[in-house]
Amino acid sequence: MFLKFLLRRILYVIPMLLITTLIVYSFILLIPGDPALTLLGENATPEKIAQLRQQLGLDQSIISQYFDWLINALKGDLGRSVFTGQYVHEAVIERLAVTFQLVVVAMIISIFGGMFFAITSTFFPNSWIDYVSRFFGTLGTALPNFWLAMLLILFFSLHLGWVPATGFTSITENPFEFFKGILLPAISLGAVGTAQITRHLRSSLMEVMSADYVRTAYSKGVNRWQAILKHGIQNAMLPVVTTIGILFGHLLGATVVIETVFAIPGIGQLAVNSVLQHDFTMLQGVVLIMIVMVILINFITDIVYALLDPRIEY
Amino acid sequence: MKSTTQLLEVKNLKAFIPTTKGEIKPVNDVSFTIRKGEIMALVGESGSGKSVTSLSIMGLNASAIQYKTESSILLNGQDLLKLKEKEMRKIRGNDIAMIFQDPMFSLNPVHQIGKQIVESIILHKKIKYKEAEKIALDLLNKVGIPDAQRRLRNYPHQMSGGMRQRIMIAMALACNPQLLIADEPTTALDVTIQAQILNILKNLQHEFGISILLITHDLGVVAEIADRVLVMYCGEIVEEGTVKEVFKNPRHPYTKGLMDSVPELTGPRIDELETIPGVVPNPLELPSGCNFVTRCSFATEKCRQLAPVHVKYSTGNSVSCWNPLVKEGVSLNYATTSSVS
Repeated sequence: MFLKFLLRRILYVIPMLLITTLIVYSFILLIPGDPALTLLGENATPEKIAQLRQQLGLDQSIISQYFDWLINALKGDLGRSVFTGQYVHEAVIERLAVTFQLVVVAMIISIFGGMFFAITSTFFPNSWIDYVSRFFGTLGTALPNFWLAMLLILFFSLHLGWVPATGFTSITENPFEFFKGILLPAISLGAVGTAQITRHLRSSLMEVMSADYVRTAYSKGVNRWQAILKHGIQNAMLPVVTTIGILFGHLLGATVVIETVFAIPGIGQLAVNSVLQHDFTMLQGVVLIMIVMVILINFITDIVYALLDPRIEY
Repeated sequence: MKSTTQLLEVKNLKAFIPTTKGEIKPVNDVSFTIRKGEIMALVGESGSGKSVTSLSIMGLNASAIQYKTESSILLNGQDLLKLKEKEMRKIRGNDIAMIFQDPMFSLNPVHQIGKQIVESIILHKKIKYKEAEKIALDLLNKVGIPDAQRRLRNYPHQMSGGMRQRIMIAMALACNPQLLIADEPTTALDVTIQAQILNILKNLQHEFGISILLITHDLGVVAEIADRVLVMYCGEIVEEGTVKEVFKNPRHPYTKGLMDSVPELTGPRIDELETIPGVVPNPLELPSGCNFVTRCSFATEKCRQLAPVHVKYSTGNSVSCWNPLVKEGVSLNYATTSSVS
């Protein structure tokens, strides 16, 4: 049963990958500016440009370029960066490892922060803590993440000097330095997530707490903590799982800004640089990997959903 | 089986909600007792105060509802209204258990039913999960769930409404409560299942001597299994007595009205059912005399001005009415005229 469900979900991924990559591929080639011109500089002769365009395959139609790229990609060859000559798959995987650590920490902050605020809010409804968490719920959604990032750097790095303002250390290298470096970017990235999960989970939990089965639990003699944690939260999390899945893609996209602000060598920064340098092969690789990540997360969301809710049939 | 010792005594229960427009009194000076091993039915329309009364006993009313100081609910002599929340939690599910109207929504959809029954056992008894599961299995057998061992691992959505109500009953029985409050336990079920659930309740009374407070608006259910009946209207008890006596000779016009609005299977076919004219009055604008005066065809000037006294008959029944109905051939026989209210 479960295997069939998995298989069906995987089959469903294939057309999604094809369509999204085609769209993205076309858009990348439509970015104004000629990669050949960027590579050769201002003084290039038209002959040289035409020659390079032919080498890169830029003289062909978008569709045929796309299928060339796709066939090579299926073979595991994403090509080389037109700018640095580095293998795209190597660069992308190296950068992804960095971004993955950042996004996971930001997700942990979002989920646990969101659950903490939502649960305390529900336990003490209309208390000061409820108002504070609702205030931050609104603020976190409204605040642009790059601005929050700059405020955090100003205060914690420049004023207090507690954590470095920029840079990144991998967790495998030095967990303590990793933690110090990742804190501000992860908070800037996770603030929106915390706010969204708080708001969504709070309203979901409030609704669940007035459900009949919670009244049944009270009639058995449970206290409020037990009612919330044993009976409320699992039911209330069901709609929130969807939010969390969407949030992951959202955060992955937001790394483009946050990694630039904090000078973190992740996939977001790579994307920005590739756009600026017209490094279209690299950009295609970056976008492909982001799409794959988002599809993967959606897939995991579906599975988590099925695990949380016994009513869902595979 | 039936003894006359009291289990629960509700005295002068006054529950109110303070609002800017004045107090709303969902329960206004209600007193009654439930004896050990007795099924007491509490009957009334929606909004008559049945549920607030029962939730007061459970201590589960919304926090907006407050109680006047003279109110008391004595379980074996202990006043539940004076207990702290922590002490009340030891009583809930242990001494008093409750089953609810709609079994489709009363069970947690994401937990296995075995786990839900076990939860109510281990909340009150210091035993291991495995042992509690054995008790749960016994309980399922007791309420007539076939293939109980397998059912322990089922989720509520895998069961029918009748099955779920049995699960609710099994859960309520987990700690051998002395009092079971059943809030419209059969309303959401179809008729054949209703009969089965009522049979289970009746058996509980016979086998275990459990007292049951049965809240319902279905007089058929009352006639079927209850020993005594309380009729509530606008937060007050208007008539009380044994089921036999009340059905034979309803003395309050409201009780009579309720009975007349039930279709009869025998006798000539009628085109239109009897109804009680009017609607339940706004709780903020109750009439000055008897609450039922706006809908009563027997109302007199006295009814409009003075709240009725509670009259007790030699049969043990009592009624709050200035003009109690008398069936032909039955003489009005005042035993005592207590002056409650």
